[in-house]
Amino acid sequence: MKSGILVALVRGFRMVGRRCIDGIWRLGAGMRLFWLTLISSGESFRRFHLTIREVYFTGVMSLIIILVSAFFVGMVLGLQGYHTLQKYGSSEAIGVLVALALVRELGPVVTALLFAGRAGTAITAEIGLMKATEQLSAMEMMAVSPIARVVAPRFWAGVIAMPILAALFSMVGILGGYLVAVPLIGVDAGAFWSQMQASVDWQHDILNGVIKSVVFGVACTMIALFEGYDAPPTAEGVSRATTRTVVTSSLAVLGLDFILTSFMLSV
Amino acid sequence: MNSNIVEIDNLSFGYKGRMLHQGINMVFPRGKVVAIMGGSGSGKTTLLRLIGGQIKPSKGEVRVDGQVVHKQDREGIYKLRRKMGMLFQHGALFTDLSVFENVAFPMREHTDLPESMIRDLVLMKLNAVGLRGAYKLMPTELSGGMARRVAIARAIALDPNIIMYDEPFAGLDPISMGVVCDLIRTLNDALGATSIIVTHDVEETFRFADYIYFVANGVVAAEGTPEELRNSNLPFVHQFVFGEKDGPVPFHYAAGDYASEMLGSDL
Repeated sequence: MKSGILVALVRGFRMVGRRCIDGIWRLGAGMRLFWLTLISSGESFRRFHLTIREVYFTGVMSLIIILVSAFFVGMVLGLQGYHTLQKYGSSEAIGVLVALALVRELGPVVTALLFAGRAGTAITAEIGLMKATEQLSAMEMMAVSPIARVVAPRFWAGVIAMPILAALFSMVGILGGYLVAVPLIGVDAGAFWSQMQASVDWQHDILNGVIKSVVFGVACTMIALFEGYDAPPTAEGVSRATTRTVVTSSLAVLGLDFILTSFMLSV
Repeated sequence: MNSNIVEIDNLSFGYKGRMLHQGINMVFPRGKVVAIMGGSGSGKTTLLRLIGGQIKPSKGEVRVDGQVVHKQDREGIYKLRRKMGMLFQHGALFTDLSVFENVAFPMREHTDLPESMIRDLVLMKLNAVGLRGAYKLMPTELSGGMARRVAIARAIALDPNIIMYDEPFAGLDPISMGVVCDLIRTLNDALGATSIIVTHDVEETFRFADYIYFVANGVVAAEGTPEELRNSNLPFVHQFVFGEKDGPVPFHYAAGDYASEMLGSDL
């Protein structure tokens, strides 16, 4: 009986250990790919049309989901914000609330989460399938580096697209908040815009939001690329990698958001 | 100049504790069509990957044009690969590029030729494989045999010295098979190249290969011209050439005693 419990305990420890080692190994392999991507970037910048093409696929094609979500998030913020603020008689501050919530937090974070679901999965599946159908090997055998030709353009496309998408998210979200607060509820339009203008700080709010979205862009795109590049070349392998992209990216975004926010608030 | 363009010297390779090759010696004379034959899982494709420098041998060496492949740095390997063309088992065409762009890919990557010359060269290569009329099609619109031919056109895009074919006949109908057979021989002779074919199709290979190596159990089990091998008394060669079900290569995978396994309940 005792030995049975002991065996189960040892097995449990072993499993935890194996998972830890696997996690550390994957982190190392991911960092290695990140480094190789950075040093191959010069080569891919020379053919910048490849990056532009990927900006279209990852950025432009994500626009609809990002903008529609932003509109609804902004409208909900308007409703919730007004509901709470009116209790304190400061419903004119609704513009500030909507703008700060979007620019500082929701814009970068929700955009990154949607990006991981829309563009990240597409990147992982595409690269995973390219690997499974030997397209990456074929490129290697043609003396063309798949990291410079396939990975680096997608990486830079993600890094370029994310802040732009986050900015558009915040903009459309504010518009949604405005539509609910001003025409629907009847808050004064002048108060809505002027309070927002007075309270939103260029550096502490907007610039910090941009920094967040760039960091999320690097994290989400790199995770998607690594999962695709590392996927076992089978249908099951690609499907698992796609799932892992969403889970890892979402956790990374939320974790990084906490770290970045604590740094930004302490400065 | 060495008369052999590729030399494999006492090569051993294995992974995860299992040795796939144990002391293989092969030579590939310039201008010849040489086939490597053997059962599925005998490490034939791995030999091509070792020649291309995609993996490193555990022992021994592969020399291409007198240079030891695994001792080259990345630049050196890429330089060697520019002398090689490779046809992958399922073509490995880039699915996001048209037939024209697939064939143009190595030219665009490795030369600064003007667009008009690339156009002419691509059409010439496609004409050589009989698919000039299909230049606009996407890879998904091609049949298996056509995809294989486009991949051959891409493999010969830069007039390589060595053309490697990985299972060029797998899954083809008899007509496509005949076409691919003729192409391999014609292109080899027209380009003055050396062809290395990995296959297990006896009839087709014996028709046009100059020399054949049989790989089994990690070693070269037999070698010779098609005529010599057809008349060989070696049991393995006989079983393979005449497709006998049982022989030195057993029908059954290694297993325990049949009767006791059926009567017992454990697996």
